[in-house]
Amino acid sequence: MLKIANLSAWYGHSHILQGISLEVKRGEIVTLIGRNGAGKTTTLRSIMGLVPKRQGSVVFDGAEILSEPAHKRFHRGLAYVPEERRIVPGLSVLENLRLGIIGSASRSKENERIDVIAETFPRLKQRLTQEAITMSGGEQQMLAIARAMMAEPQMILLDEPSEGIMPILVDEMFELFRTMKAAGTTIMLVEQNVELALGISDRAYIMDQGEIVYHDTAAALLADKAMQERYCAV
Amino acid sequence: MSGLTLELLLLQIVTGVALGSVFVLLAIGLSLIFGMLTIVNFAHGAFYMVGAYMGVFLYGLTKNFWICLVLVPLAVGTIGLVVERFLVRPLYGRNIDDPLLLTFGLGYVFIESIRILFGLNGIPFSTPAGLRGAVDIGIGYFPLYRLFLIGATGMLVLGLWLFIEKTKFGLIIRAGARDPEILKVLGIDVSKIWLLVFGIGTGIAGLSGILAAPLQAVTPEMGIPVLAEAFVVTVVGGMGSLIGAVTAGLMVGIVVAMTSLFMPEMAKVSIFLLMALVLLVRPQGLFGRAGLMG
Repeated sequence: MLKIANLSAWYGHSHILQGISLEVKRGEIVTLIGRNGAGKTTTLRSIMGLVPKRQGSVVFDGAEILSEPAHKRFHRGLAYVPEERRIVPGLSVLENLRLGIIGSASRSKENERIDVIAETFPRLKQRLTQEAITMSGGEQQMLAIARAMMAEPQMILLDEPSEGIMPILVDEMFELFRTMKAAGTTIMLVEQNVELALGISDRAYIMDQGEIVYHDTAAALLADKAMQERYCAV
Repeated sequence: MSGLTLELLLLQIVTGVALGSVFVLLAIGLSLIFGMLTIVNFAHGAFYMVGAYMGVFLYGLTKNFWICLVLVPLAVGTIGLVVERFLVRPLYGRNIDDPLLLTFGLGYVFIESIRILFGLNGIPFSTPAGLRGAVDIGIGYFPLYRLFLIGATGMLVLGLWLFIEKTKFGLIIRAGARDPEILKVLGIDVSKIWLLVFGIGTGIAGLSGILAAPLQAVTPEMGIPVLAEAFVVTVVGGMGSLIGAVTAGLMVGIVVAMTSLFMPEMAKVSIFLLMALVLLVRPQGLFGRAGLMG
């Protein structure tokens, strides 16, 4: 589904990604772990096309997309939920959801999709007319994910979805990721909550200082406390 | 103050509203472009002036004011599209001064081009037939054309509000003013939106030009003082706010009309005093950046 080879990315003059390679197969959940500043967010932003200076290869669904702008990658079925969630202020929950499909070829299915999403995210269903930024952090995170799912992406990139969210909502959210996987959505996850993330993942990559330093099945990494300590201790 | 009656005072207020209508139109275009593209369009006054000349030219051809009223904003907006696509777009992501300098210079290019094409002298633009004369509005006789100006502005503001609040494109505009990056992630080609918004903003500037033409002589320099006034209105109302542009535009119009009545020598200065006062109390303007057109 996604194959990255020797990808480098820069912000200004700082060389953030130093030639990383990784692969996510269709239907998998793959987690990217590592300390703050390891380059995890930059990896997701590069996959989505939001880093202006990059080099190497990003192949999605069989096509080289390295030089494509973000909006074209969306049309290929890639979705991205940024760490800051980016719920648009001044808009209602419903309007934020509509934004998720307005730029898509399937926008004629808007109402139908909103019904489906409202069933999947019951917390949002009761709040459709509320101004979105007045909701709690966890509800906003749910909305950000729901918005990204509006256009039925093939693969979704999630950056720190559990950050700053009540534990009960975190469990609900990870349950949702399982459901999304079961429905055929490929997921790439960046998470500080390592145990929880590995618990639902198929495989994981560990990043350090802009490089991939290790990768294994999630189950193996979950058992390997030493490796977790070495690269993920905050 | 003998001779000052309530009727005279009220008439002067209506005069202020008519004057303010032109300010409202100018500020809406300026505010829309700033709110969405964060570009301070210093050529806005020149687009207004080009709109007036385009009106003169097309009226000469068609002899029909109503047709001109439709064609002028389309033509000026088209010039705006070309300007955004080929001149402004290469400057996105660069220093904020760059588009400012570009539009500042472009304004003078427009003025000079019009001088070459139409000459240095002003051209009168007579009030269109059917809108001449005055009507009794209950407090006295008021020029019909100015009433028309108020009505036309009201309709345009209402139309724009409906467009921004009720349509899909409007939703994209509202979101894009807050967070263009998330639009890209959601599959929207933001550069196309910016192009259209620049076209709409300059088209409205052109429309204000032809609407204002019968009130004054059409000259190559007519956009210069108007640009300053439009900036005052935008700053008073709050950059990027539709309701702010409307409120501040009417306020500025009424302040100018009132000072013209009581202290004519202060009329030109009064709006800058108003701006200073508002900024002292609310530095972000009356309807400060609560969000574009919010």
